[in-house]
Amino acid sequence: MHEMGIILHLAKTLEETAEQEKIKAITRVTLEVGEVSGIVTDYFADCWNYFRKRHPVLETAELEIIPIPAVTWCDACKRTYPTVQYGRTCPHCGSGETWLLRGNECIIKEIEVKE
Amino acid sequence: MKIIELKETITASNDRDAEVLRGELKQKGTLLINLMASPGAGKTTLLERTIRDLGDELKIAVMEADVDSDVDAVRIERTGAKAVQAHTDGMCHMDAGMTRRALEGLGDEAFDLVVLENVGNLICPAEFDTGAGRRVMLLSVPEGDDKPLKYPLMFRVSDVLIITKTDVAPYFDFDFEACKARARKLNPNITIFEVSAKTGDGFAAWEDWLRAAVADWKH
Repeated sequence: MHEMGIILHLAKTLEETAEQEKIKAITRVTLEVGEVSGIVTDYFADCWNYFRKRHPVLETAELEIIPIPAVTWCDACKRTYPTVQYGRTCPHCGSGETWLLRGNECIIKEIEVKE
Repeated sequence: MKIIELKETITASNDRDAEVLRGELKQKGTLLINLMASPGAGKTTLLERTIRDLGDELKIAVMEADVDSDVDAVRIERTGAKAVQAHTDGMCHMDAGMTRRALEGLGDEAFDLVVLENVGNLICPAEFDTGAGRRVMLLSVPEGDDKPLKYPLMFRVSDVLIITKTDVAPYFDFDFEACKARARKLNPNITIFEVSAKTGDGFAAWEDWLRAAVADWKH
C-alpha cells in the first residue's frame, strides 16, 4: 500500500500548513508527480478520495496531478532523451553512462484555499 | 479563492519529524540504525550474530518492523538483547512517527545502539526518513548482482551495503566486482562489506565499522 502511505504524509503536511496559515478549507491540491516516481496516479486519486473525507480541512480538496516527463542525461554525448521510451541506454550514442535529470519527483506545488 | 505556493515534497512533514528525532537521539548518545533489505536477505540472522559478538561491550536493542507477527522479535530476544515488535498496520515501510512510538516501547533504558529492522522491501523504506543516524542495507548473494540497477534509490540513500550469504557464492553467478561497481556508481561514498553469518567471514570488519559508528555518534 505504497500510495496510501504517501497520502497519509501528504495529508499531514497539508494539515500542518492549514494550521500555520489559519486555513479553514483547502479546495484544491496541485501535485507535480514524475513519470518514474513509482506513483500510480489512478490509484493515488482513489486513495485521496477515500482519505480526505476523514479530515475536515481536506474534505473539499480536489486533487490535481501534473505529470512531469522523465528525462535522462547522457554523460558521453552530453544530450538528453526521454527516459520511459529508451531506459538506461542513450539512443543517440549507445552509452550507458546516463543519469536521470527529472521525473522522480513528487512535490506539492500549490494549494487553493477558501478565504 | 487564494492560491498558496508550497513547493514542498509530499513527505516534508515526515522529514521534519525525522530531523527532530535524530537530534534527540544524538543528545542521548544513542545511535539508531535503519536496517533495510529484501525479505529473506538475512537481516535477523545478521543481527543475531552481531549481538552475540558485541553484546558485552555495547548495550543494544532491536525494533522489529513487520506488517504482522513477532517471529523476528522472539529470535532477537533469545540473544539476550531487548527487542520490541512494531507493526506497521499493513504499511510497507516505517516512518519517523512509527519509529518514535517503537522507541518509546523500549522504555527508559539508555542504549548505545538501537537497530530498526525495517519491513523487508527495497523500495518504500528508502523513501522515508525514520530519524536514524545511519542507514545500512543488505543484499544477499542469491538475490543477484543486478539489484543496484533495479532499486537505485535504496543504494543511493544507504551509508553501508552488506553483501550477505557469501558462503553460498559458489552456487550462484554473483559477480561481486560488478555489484560493487554498480553500487558505487549510484553512491560513491557507500561502505561495502561482504559477510557470511553462517561462517562468520567478514564480520570483524563490519563490527569494527559499527563500533566506530557508535563512538562517533557519541561525540
